[in-house]
Amino acid sequence: MGWTGKILRVNLTNGTVQSEPLNMDWAQQYLGQRGLATKYLAEEVDAKCDPLGPDNKLIFATGPLTGTCASTGGRYSVITKGPLTNAIACSNSGGYFGAELKFAGWDMIILEGKSPKPIYLNIVDDKAELLDASDIWGTSVWNTDEWIKAKHQDPMIHVATIGVAGENGVLYSAIVNDLHRAAGRSGVGAVLGSKNVKAVSVRGTKGVKVRDGKAFLKATNEGKKVLAENAVTGSGLPTYGTQVLMNAINEAGAMPTRNSREVQFEGAHDISAEAMATPRSTDGEKNLQTNQACFACTIACGRISKIDEKHFTVVNKPQYWHSSGGLEYEAAWALGSNTGVNDLEALTYVNFICNEQGLDPISFGATVSAAMELFELGLLTTAQTDGIELKFGSAEALVKCVELTGKAEGFGKELGLGSARLCAKYGRPDLSMTVKGQEFPAYDARGIQGMGLTYATSNRGACHLRSYTVSSEMLGIPEKTDPLTTDGKPALVMAFQDATAAVDSAGLCVFTTFAWTLNDIAPQIDAAIPGDWTPEKMLEVGERIWNMERMFNHRAGFTAQDDQLPPRLMKEAAKTGPATGLVSGVDKMLPEYYQLRGWTADGVPTNETLSRLAV
Amino acid sequence: MNYVILGAGPAGVTAAETLRAADPQASITLIGGEPEPPYSRMALPYLIYGKIDEGGTYLRQDETHYDQQRIRYLNGRCGGIDSSSKRLYLSGGEVLPYDKLLIATGANPIMPPIPGAHLEGVETCWTLEDARHILKLAEKGSPVVLVGAGFIGSIILEALYLRGCDITVVELAPRMVARMMDETAGGMLGRWCESKGVKVLTNTKVNSIASGADGEPRLSVGFSNGQSAPADLVVMAVGVRSNTGFLVGSGVQVNTGIVVDDYLQTTAPDIYAAGDCCEGVDLSTGKPDMLAIQPVAVEHGRIAALNMAGYSHRHRGSLNMNVLDTIGLISSSFGLWQGAQVGQTGKLVDEGGYKYMKLEFEGDKLVGAQCVGMTDHVGMLRGLIQTGFHMGEWKGKLLASPERLREAYISVAQGHPSTGPTAPHVNTPRAGLGVAAGSGH
Amino acid sequence: MLKALVIDAGKCTGCKQCEMACSLENEGEFNVAKSRIRVFDFHTEARFVPYTCTQCSEAWCQQACPVNAITTDSMGVKVVHDNLCVGCKVCTIACPFGTVNYNASTGKVIKCDLCGGQPACSDACPTGAISYQDAEQGGFDKMKVWASQSANAATSEGPNTPKAAQASGSGH
Repeated sequence: MGWTGKILRVNLTNGTVQSEPLNMDWAQQYLGQRGLATKYLAEEVDAKCDPLGPDNKLIFATGPLTGTCASTGGRYSVITKGPLTNAIACSNSGGYFGAELKFAGWDMIILEGKSPKPIYLNIVDDKAELLDASDIWGTSVWNTDEWIKAKHQDPMIHVATIGVAGENGVLYSAIVNDLHRAAGRSGVGAVLGSKNVKAVSVRGTKGVKVRDGKAFLKATNEGKKVLAENAVTGSGLPTYGTQVLMNAINEAGAMPTRNSREVQFEGAHDISAEAMATPRSTDGEKNLQTNQACFACTIACGRISKIDEKHFTVVNKPQYWHSSGGLEYEAAWALGSNTGVNDLEALTYVNFICNEQGLDPISFGATVSAAMELFELGLLTTAQTDGIELKFGSAEALVKCVELTGKAEGFGKELGLGSARLCAKYGRPDLSMTVKGQEFPAYDARGIQGMGLTYATSNRGACHLRSYTVSSEMLGIPEKTDPLTTDGKPALVMAFQDATAAVDSAGLCVFTTFAWTLNDIAPQIDAAIPGDWTPEKMLEVGERIWNMERMFNHRAGFTAQDDQLPPRLMKEAAKTGPATGLVSGVDKMLPEYYQLRGWTADGVPTNETLSRLAV
Repeated sequence: MNYVILGAGPAGVTAAETLRAADPQASITLIGGEPEPPYSRMALPYLIYGKIDEGGTYLRQDETHYDQQRIRYLNGRCGGIDSSSKRLYLSGGEVLPYDKLLIATGANPIMPPIPGAHLEGVETCWTLEDARHILKLAEKGSPVVLVGAGFIGSIILEALYLRGCDITVVELAPRMVARMMDETAGGMLGRWCESKGVKVLTNTKVNSIASGADGEPRLSVGFSNGQSAPADLVVMAVGVRSNTGFLVGSGVQVNTGIVVDDYLQTTAPDIYAAGDCCEGVDLSTGKPDMLAIQPVAVEHGRIAALNMAGYSHRHRGSLNMNVLDTIGLISSSFGLWQGAQVGQTGKLVDEGGYKYMKLEFEGDKLVGAQCVGMTDHVGMLRGLIQTGFHMGEWKGKLLASPERLREAYISVAQGHPSTGPTAPHVNTPRAGLGVAAGSGH
Repeated sequence: MLKALVIDAGKCTGCKQCEMACSLENEGEFNVAKSRIRVFDFHTEARFVPYTCTQCSEAWCQQACPVNAITTDSMGVKVVHDNLCVGCKVCTIACPFGTVNYNASTGKVIKCDLCGGQPACSDACPTGAISYQDAEQGGFDKMKVWASQSANAATSEGPNTPKAAQASGSGH
């Protein structure tokens, strides 16, 4: 019912696979996917372990709605201890892989130990095998996908794989499924690589059942109607993708630019959704070819793009002349605004390479941005950068960097460490725009104050998807708050964090929450699984998950000191736009946030809180 | 008009129905050679392992179907034909005059001249009566020797396996299904059967069948390798030949099967032939051949009937194709599966996974294919081969990646031309064979 | 008036809601591997193409069936009768469109039967890529005739085929 009730446990050291029943008590407490897998990880893994060592485990987890007709019901998450942050990592992806895993009859895969040689895990329904990956080790995501499908003669296999970045230990390497959907953040790809696992391939022919089919159809149909009638999910996202935000955020003065020195990018329009949909002056074609849905998604925000064949990035490379995953807002920002590059085709190419080699474009772009600032300051020179003139605005430099980073060649090896380690190495740790070692994304904490607290308290390091207060502060969803003030933001952030944790544990995409509240989601979950799921119960589960994650990090050695934003955001005021003169007020918000959370002044959950939530 | 159809298999029944539709006033007589309602031999294996009862083998389920169609159905065997006076003699003495006659008498199993082949317990698996015998002799755990691992033998093999018999299969050829698939596929099937506990003896002949000793199973089967095996039942499935003996002196010329022209007319006036008994044109070679398969029988029956009724229909040829389930491992072959004389091959082999795909091209057309372990959308292979689409850029893609067959089909046959970047735009027939996905542009 | 599924691939986003609706309707569970409609993903070409049976009048599947387990209903829909299907799979190789598939878990074949006149796939499609329309409106009828002629021409050639004779074969 919703869950398949089965976990595939793979001991890579011994090369064994076994099926075990899902802990249904935990399933009621943690729902699925992010929450439930984190529970397993927290129970089974020492929080102090080396994330790239054999003691770390990596879990692929689906939610109870994954593989159902609930809109966006196709998500999976990868949960592990992250090498970029040394904190809990939970990276969420769409595409078709998650649903296929469910159709094969598994709620989760737990990978433990380390394989003595490169392998891939091939799953066909009940049958799971560790197979030799020596022919695909050292090859790209795209090659691996194709190779596995040919090897098993089945194009309906879905593959989640690392590229060479994950093999080479790039600390922000991704696990990419279905060619261009990714469990992108926190370096989950490097963990898979450290275990000598190239890929997981799945073909499922079993069914997913729900508790009450009739009620489920009613609830999911009502949900789809809400999505279709909402301006953001019904029109903005399908038409423009997440890139719908580029011009809006820029105008709001909340667009981190050139390593957050500025909050508006003069080239934003050149790399916006509108630019993607406008015929190019060079060849008359549009960058954007079509939109694509992930499994079960009735929004369809995915971008499928094609690069101008004459563009310098691909002019002699026909292997990049086809359509593939195009720019989402975060990638366009990280690769574009943040590096000062306004060349849409170059950004699209770099994004292709991030998919092909398995890199998180946010952390990659932000690391290049930090390196550009170091270069500008003379702390990095062409002697260190393999001759690359690492100047803000240089598309050529950006392109060279991406080509080197996945392969971990030369300067690419340093870029692969992420901006925190890079900036520390060159003596300016303050220039790393990170929290807990993870680069923050495309919203400036000065222009959208809630996002400062979001980044600071995100359990997986800086991230927009843990509490997307942009919804409220910019779009007025569910109600409008002022982006420039800190008032009420701790409560807002907390509410978003708890609700999002529940959504991430259900198998749904957080983008639904542009239109859905928990009142729309709870009936869908309740019809799928036993347990009387109400919005209140979802919030409670979300809060439980949040505190569990926090406790994992606490055990791993994180303290309130790690809830700080980089000094630039606290000291250098925004120079343009609506937020002119403002710095982040995160220091004002944190004490209130801790208090609302039921944590000590040092940011540690109190015993009362933990026992109230039964963590 | 008075039509007589000799043979009540799929070709005969289809012809009778087609004639009725084409000529509502005609008299139609359908003659079956066995004392059963028209049934399908193909369904016998499913009867043997209990998936269906005898009624489930019938070609038409409604008992009154032939009456409703005003098709006179009678049992009898042909004793001879006088094509000059247009009379057909049944062996019981009855004389049937006809205006047009269709011979659809099918084929009979070959009984190899093995000593002891006449003994009780040695059966073919061809008729309902044969199946009844087998049902009596093949119990759970019974030792059974199956002689012949061709297409028909392999289907019987599965039925005996599912019935729980202890099977030894003996095949003269170096592999199973040697006339349907190549060494790789045949080898896979053999290993698969062995993994299921079936003893597979290839390159082996049955030398003798003898009565078993007291207290032993009924029969003892001696093989050319010097070994022998006990058997409660020996099933002979070494091949079939066309059932045409009664045509001697009729003026109907017979080679391997009855010789027909492109309109399925025999060398005798107003006599047509259809199905396993005749040599229709093989679409792949353009030459006459006996393609003893159900879809060809139906095609023949329909086309012959249309010609008999005066609607001129040229038979362009039938595509040789087979699908086989060998204890759950499904295989199929189409057209020139051996490859064109001058052509190219795309191939994928996964021995451990029991998967195989081989595509044969001549020029840029797909002309043949073999698959093991693939069932989804497999008919697309027929569509591509039979229609003779130019595969254009997809040829190269399929040579490299045969598993992309379905994409190729949708692109080429369904008129969704590729806009792929590296290849030139291909002219494909817009409407092609199909329509479901046709309106996307 | 006959109705048909009309597919506008240009509107398809690849969400597979149609496959889920189909499997729920026909299998009682979400199971896209057993859907009668399938979305093909041409990822390098930015296209998604839903594909299923067109209920062609030629009905190769029906003709090839040795036990008359596929019949034509009053709406022209080719329906597999589970109680009669022996699972021989001949229809799966006979259908030149590849739209009859073998379901190993039941030992029978499956194909689109338009859900008895209310196709779940078209109801579920969020973009209008799949619609259920009067056959003539979508230009479907014309295309269907073309298709049947083209397929027919592959095995036989005959300008004078009476319509009745073309439609025969099953005797119903």
